[in-house]
Amino acid sequence: MADTHALDTIPLKVTPLHALHVELGAKMVPFAGYDMPVQYPAGVLAEHLHTREKAGLFDVSHMGQAFLRFAGYGEGLSGDAAHERVAAALETIVPGDIRGLKPGQIRYTLLLNDEGGILDDLMVTRPLSADLQGMLVLVVNAATKEADFAHIAAKLAGSATLERADDRALIALQGPAAEAVMRTLVPGAAGLGFMEMDWFDIGGVSAMISRSGYTGEDGFEISLPDEAVEAFARRLLAHPDVKPVGLGARDSLRLEAGLCLYGHDIDETTTPIEGALGWVIPGRRREEANFPGAGVILRQIAHGAARKRVGILPEGKAPAREGTRIVDVAGKEIGAVTSGGFGPTAGGPIAMGYVDADHAATGTEIALMVRGVARPARVVPMPFIEKRFHRTDKK
Amino acid sequence: MSDILYTDQHEWVQVDGDVATIGITDYAQEQLGDVVYVELPAIGKKLALGDEAAVVESVKAASEVYAPVSGTVVEVNDDLEGAPGSINEDAMGSGWFLKLELSDESELDNLMDEAAYKSFLASLG
Repeated sequence: MADTHALDTIPLKVTPLHALHVELGAKMVPFAGYDMPVQYPAGVLAEHLHTREKAGLFDVSHMGQAFLRFAGYGEGLSGDAAHERVAAALETIVPGDIRGLKPGQIRYTLLLNDEGGILDDLMVTRPLSADLQGMLVLVVNAATKEADFAHIAAKLAGSATLERADDRALIALQGPAAEAVMRTLVPGAAGLGFMEMDWFDIGGVSAMISRSGYTGEDGFEISLPDEAVEAFARRLLAHPDVKPVGLGARDSLRLEAGLCLYGHDIDETTTPIEGALGWVIPGRRREEANFPGAGVILRQIAHGAARKRVGILPEGKAPAREGTRIVDVAGKEIGAVTSGGFGPTAGGPIAMGYVDADHAATGTEIALMVRGVARPARVVPMPFIEKRFHRTDKK
Repeated sequence: MSDILYTDQHEWVQVDGDVATIGITDYAQEQLGDVVYVELPAIGKKLALGDEAAVVESVKAASEVYAPVSGTVVEVNDDLEGAPGSINEDAMGSGWFLKLELSDESELDNLMDEAAYKSFLASLG
């Protein structure tokens, strides 16, 4: 058995739930500079399946939370006019429709560089409260948060100010039982629609609760002040349907859901079009062509990108890990796997990766070079499981 | 039945005559987590000491199992294909990987007995 011991010289940061993870028997590993639980005693498989059957509780406090306000916030402008100002500022660095966000609505978007490469993916929320118009709530990835926040502050200097929310923790409750569990603790939050957020009072503490997640399941993400998160996490864990879930199952859950892991499936060298994320760029933004990298990206929309991120289903049982070379049926290299492993709910190996445009069509037969042997696989649509997001029928 | 011998790579070797049964230790399976896939060598394959003998994969990662002794593969545990979880449940028993016909019994002298392996584990902290 090959064993590797990482020689970490930089002290790891901890989240406010670190002591709870240790108490619960978690196996802790370094991740994005934090000492994080990769799994609890139940193990990755059980944690994954429990999330799909009941509800899993995840600590994602390492992620970066921040508030963005337009210059002049609180000095008279209110409502849509105030939102318009902060949205217009953010739209200079992301390709999404931020101006069109409704109060309380969350949107997934991308920070782009001038070449159209992806600096990060992030969640942007327009507050529901009339008092908070002109402000946006941002949640970015842990590994990129320092660079992201510096980039945002520099690019928007003069038009908007960024306030980091480093004193807030973030937890996610994910799974089909999440709504019933939330109803017992914060009844109002159970009424949120998919990709909606609002502030709620939890025992005198102000929490931001979103109907969102990273598992393909219904669920919530809850932002609380650091000092309040452990008590709330313990209340969630006291519910018989809730079990703690580590980063290991978080990764297998998001892979089954076909969701990108920044730094693996998308990065500065991939554009949204190559990354099959063209849907984040709506018609208005394409017409305006005023986001970073618009030249490259619009050219790829018009003429196609040379490569594309696709779902990959190996025919055999051997998992194909990140970095696995992808070849065509003749053995010519056509791409590489960017995320791959075993999907506990899918019941076998699953992967995603980039292939050249000629091999990106659903059903294309390809092969994965695992330990020097070409293993047959097919290009398939994602997700690998049926997504069960909470949809409210608005008739 | 002879005593079980161990390697510092967390494999166990049980010798019966000139055939060695090989698996990974309980410590190894616990470090790996849930095993979801095992790749075993072909019958008849000749393995030199330290050659890659098998691959064991958990949800998280793939790990190699290296031949703890030299020999020829005479049997593999086909049951693992349908039930890789038996490595987690019974690493020292039904979770065995393969049987090798030994080509150099003197290599067994380099392996640890149970007491030595236990103190080795203790040294890992």
